[in-house]
Amino acid sequence: MIWLQRALTAFVGSCAEAWSEVRVHRGRVLLSLIGVGVAVCALTVVVAAGSIAQQALREVSERQSGRAATMSISVNRIDGSPVDAAKVADAFDTAVDRYGITWFSERSYVQQAVRFPDGRLDVSTEAVDIGYGEMHRLKIAEGSWFTDADQARLAPALVVNERFWERMGSPDLRTHPTVVLPGEVNTVAVVVGVTPSTSFDTQPSMYMLGSQFRLLASTAGPSQNFNTPQYEVWVPESDAEQLGSRVAADMGGLLGEKYAASAFRSDYAEQNASSLEQVQLIIGGIALLVLLLGALGLVNIALVTVRARIREIGIRRTFGATAARVFFSVLMESVVATVVAGIVGVMLAVLVVKNPLTEELIGQGIADLPPFPVDAAIVGLVSATAVGALAGLIPALVAVRVKVIDAIRY
Amino acid sequence: MTLLALDAVSRTVRLPTGEPLTILDRIDVEIDRGERVSIVGRSGSGKSTLLNLLGLIDAPTTGIVSIDGRDARSLSSRARDRLRGERIGFVFQQFNLLPGRTALENVTTPLLYETGRAFWRRRAIATWMLENVGLGHRLDSTPDKLSGGEQQRVAIARALVRRPQLILADEPTGALDLETGHSVMELLERVARETDAALVTITHDPNIAARAGRHFHLDGGRLTSADFAGAGSAPEASR
Repeated sequence: MIWLQRALTAFVGSCAEAWSEVRVHRGRVLLSLIGVGVAVCALTVVVAAGSIAQQALREVSERQSGRAATMSISVNRIDGSPVDAAKVADAFDTAVDRYGITWFSERSYVQQAVRFPDGRLDVSTEAVDIGYGEMHRLKIAEGSWFTDADQARLAPALVVNERFWERMGSPDLRTHPTVVLPGEVNTVAVVVGVTPSTSFDTQPSMYMLGSQFRLLASTAGPSQNFNTPQYEVWVPESDAEQLGSRVAADMGGLLGEKYAASAFRSDYAEQNASSLEQVQLIIGGIALLVLLLGALGLVNIALVTVRARIREIGIRRTFGATAARVFFSVLMESVVATVVAGIVGVMLAVLVVKNPLTEELIGQGIADLPPFPVDAAIVGLVSATAVGALAGLIPALVAVRVKVIDAIRY
Repeated sequence: MTLLALDAVSRTVRLPTGEPLTILDRIDVEIDRGERVSIVGRSGSGKSTLLNLLGLIDAPTTGIVSIDGRDARSLSSRARDRLRGERIGFVFQQFNLLPGRTALENVTTPLLYETGRAFWRRRAIATWMLENVGLGHRLDSTPDKLSGGEQQRVAIARALVRRPQLILADEPTGALDLETGHSVMELLERVARETDAALVTITHDPNIAARAGRHFHLDGGRLTSADFAGAGSAPEASR
């Protein structure tokens, strides 16, 4: 217990000494720490901006091509003629049912005419299943994503983007706003949800449930350019390839010889993240260099001041400060100071990253920005502490070699 | 009871030319608890080297320094440092207060090397100590705001805050005028008496030296007993 008490009081004592030293010499400490603070700030900004951008990239990538692991299955007729969409959909349903896949969706792109208050417009439309929202982590700004109840609606349900909704006059979704989808027979559709639009997203677009779209297409006639359907399954990464090709093979079997079905992995989240990592590594390396330069300045100033403080160190030795204690105290001075600089640097980094101007720059095309990453703050603080310890080492070694009485009586 | 003893202690250094220079030559001295000892000597007579040895800061070339009957050579440097902090208090001619710190912070500093209750209660103890030397009203003053006499009183409070059994005063009045010097000596003697500490004063001022119970003269590395009661001091071999 004695050693514990001794260690505790030695640690607290050293910190108290270091703090009082830093406080008394705040002018010089401040000067020497500007470099460290700026470097920590740069390092933290790089890490934070990197992970925000990564998160953003992932978000975009997931919205476009699904979460890991998404397998896409495409079906064609060997002779190139249009496929029978309903038949393909049935084959897909049977196949996913057989393998117990819970997350699946069809995905077809079409242009669908919509009558807005200011006129008729062809709107790019995706025909999907209910699972699509979760599989692509879609954000909903108003209302909700499709539910089973929407599947049973007589009037087709629509989830539209913000531009579409704005064009409608931004109606309250609780009033079940409708639009007319003109064709040979006009169809009234109900808007149930709105997805947020980024600044780049200037055109109206919408999602429809596949089953409802096929019904619409059959009433509107074959004039609609209903593209070759694609299907997606969201499956565990470990056996994604295998499951995907089994579903494709089964569909091929069900559809007969005239059809060919193939499966491929379509999510790109991982590849995108790794390319970003390289950029982060380069900028991080530069920031580390700046940090080392800051540390060099710190060592320089600390060495000069430790020489000026030889007398004081001698006095402390007469009070019973052991060599180890003197070493630790001088080291702690540097650490205490750089930790303070680190905290300031990190706070500065938060200001830099989270101010509206930067957010707009790094968050381009992102619906909602993640908060300031905690790991970036930790990286900043840890590197500040490490630099402090490294920079304190040399003056601490000088301090230990002080000859006590010479120091006091010079 | 003997607190500190030097037994045939010599200190030699080697000059750059390679020749040995004897600074202290076979010194024998015993200091008992509660005793008042003065050592007088001219500049260059080896006073600071003797102070080093008495304060366990330096080790002799030959001979034995023992504290409480234990040979100091048997102690590790860490143990010697600790022992110095616990048992010995230093008062310097130039006060050597830590610049930029208040009187209270200065007196608190030695307690940073304590381990138990004294560490955690360091501010209260230091406050009490400063009150004891009559500076209860100057706790928050930094050295540059204090007069010479006040600075030396802070230094004395700092030297005695851990209740050492041996006080080594190195020219404690050297930087003070006559009157202030005397009041500082009175304070030093009073506090030493209160804690039953031995007080060793190194000085070149015969008046200050005369206040002690035993007197020594250091000259050419030899320590001899001196008599300040009579006008002519006749050096004789100690013990």
